[in-house]
Amino acid sequence: MSTNTVSATVPSPTGEEIPWNKKQVPPAKIVGTIIGYLAMIAVSAFVLLPFFWMFLSSLKPNNEVYAIPIKWFPSVWHWENYVAIWTKSDMTTWLLNTIFFAVIVTLLQVFTGSFAAYGFSKIPFRGRTTLFLIYIATMAVPWQAYMIPQFKLVSAVGLSDTRWSIILLQAFGAFGVFMMKQFYDTIPEDLSEAGRLDGLSEFGIYWRIMLPLSGPSLAALAIITFTNTWNDYMGPLIYLRSQKLYTIQLGLKLFISQYNADFAMIMTGSVLSVLPILIVFLIGQKQFIAGIATSGMKG
Amino acid sequence: MSEEIGVVDDRQAVADHKTGSHGPGGGRRAPKIKQGKFNAKAISRRNLRNGLIFISPNFIGFICLTLLPTLTLFYIAFTKWSAFGNPVLNGVKNWVRLSHDKIFMTSVWNTIYYSIVHIPLTLVLAFALAVLLNSKLRGRAFFRTVAFFPYITSIVAAAQVWGMLFDPKSGPINSFLRLFISNPPGWLGSTAWAMPAVIVVGTWREVGYYMILLLAGLQTIPSELYEAAELDGTNGWQRFWHVTVPMMRPTLFFVMVTLTIGSFKILDLTLVMTDGGPGTSTLVLAQYIYRVAFERGDFGYASTVSLVLLAICMVVTLVQFWYNNLKED
Repeated sequence: MSTNTVSATVPSPTGEEIPWNKKQVPPAKIVGTIIGYLAMIAVSAFVLLPFFWMFLSSLKPNNEVYAIPIKWFPSVWHWENYVAIWTKSDMTTWLLNTIFFAVIVTLLQVFTGSFAAYGFSKIPFRGRTTLFLIYIATMAVPWQAYMIPQFKLVSAVGLSDTRWSIILLQAFGAFGVFMMKQFYDTIPEDLSEAGRLDGLSEFGIYWRIMLPLSGPSLAALAIITFTNTWNDYMGPLIYLRSQKLYTIQLGLKLFISQYNADFAMIMTGSVLSVLPILIVFLIGQKQFIAGIATSGMKG
Repeated sequence: MSEEIGVVDDRQAVADHKTGSHGPGGGRRAPKIKQGKFNAKAISRRNLRNGLIFISPNFIGFICLTLLPTLTLFYIAFTKWSAFGNPVLNGVKNWVRLSHDKIFMTSVWNTIYYSIVHIPLTLVLAFALAVLLNSKLRGRAFFRTVAFFPYITSIVAAAQVWGMLFDPKSGPINSFLRLFISNPPGWLGSTAWAMPAVIVVGTWREVGYYMILLLAGLQTIPSELYEAAELDGTNGWQRFWHVTVPMMRPTLFFVMVTLTIGSFKILDLTLVMTDGGPGTSTLVLAQYIYRVAFERGDFGYASTVSLVLLAICMVVTLVQFWYNNLKED
């Protein structure tokens, strides 16, 4: 504490004489900083205003949602919308279905992804490069291009409109393999070598050495997969017909079409569809952002 | 679907393979096998078995759900396949039909329109924000989190909110614009303005994602390079073009590939927000595929259009690869 106050008071009278204070901040830099802050505020507003508007509208009387001039805050706060929506819609079913899909898909993706990544990164088997190149080549192929044959194939084995369709569709993505391989590639070979000398099987090395080291990467993969599954609209749209299997995205779309004039209620549903994933993101944002960042690192 | 996929350098994979097979000092030697004899063949067989065991859970799923469908596409694209029954080969008929299909042409044009505006807009914004976040401004952690919100928001909710914000008569955006101009655009109700509105939402949604990718790239540039450039008397603008951009080439390349494919495959945004309308003004290629296949049950012809989408994405990727290699040499 005391040193702090000393260093803070000393330079104040003649700032010029203190070596680290000599360099004047050029005016261009000050202007730059101000522009920087202004840009940050402008972009934050652009990003956040739709969220604020969505949330505030969900609490308004219907006729105030589109009031001219804009009324930001409701005259009466209709918190009861958040209670009513559960009886007006099958929100419970949709949420439970979505949680079910997201959890199962995440588990499968984390398991198969890290397992395969270990094989690609640490076991030098013949044909490894070729197989991995096939993975890479299909990356440039968007799902939209092969959704038809995929749908026909899944239907042909009788799995469309079942829970299986969504699970299969999402669980074997190549993304997990790439992400985990990038991570395993950074782990020194000596570690797995030491495991081999100690007589560990490959599975033992994966389970006892690699997995304990890959906590943050697995968390990143898990949270990204969870979010993607939660937000996926096209997959469920194509594969799920029965309403009892609907995910929150399909449910919300259905709800919007049923209550198309009940603006506040629609916004309530939208808030409820976004809120869980927002919480998940805020809890795991460090891993999430790190995971996204590493996926583009070596490109 | 995991839509955003990391590019892993193929040279990396090749390099791995090399060190794998001729590893330093035979470093990969497995524990001795039963006879206590070092046997390269046995080790290679054993590695093959182990490797396949490890990759198979994912790889089998990948083959069945991605690879097989993609390969099948090349066959179905030359067949007639209605909702019921089996595909029947019909030669180039689908392709002749495609060449006369005005709606197909419109959808290609709309996709290009979306891409041509969306890609530079997103890239410039994301790059500017990444540079901003890489400086030492206060509150950037908060800003980074906030910028990511749209990316994790579901398309349905985002499209709904923006659809209401863009409401031509009484939406907040037009009430705001009326302060300056008397006759603001009709947005989603107008054939001329629907696409710009879609682009705004697409950019809003993705800018945070690309910003993070670019920021990660920026942070790998050693600060000594900037210091050296500063000593040479360069200004900030010169440092940006002569240090930042060249050092960022790998990241920029990855971002360009992802962004381009992402723009060409855009589907759910227009499907939910405009359903391709008004008229066909926002009907994009992927949505045309969806419409022909799942609304009309014409799976054969839809596959032909799919193959075009696939070809475009492949060509774009290859061109960017080629350009990147050209620049590196």
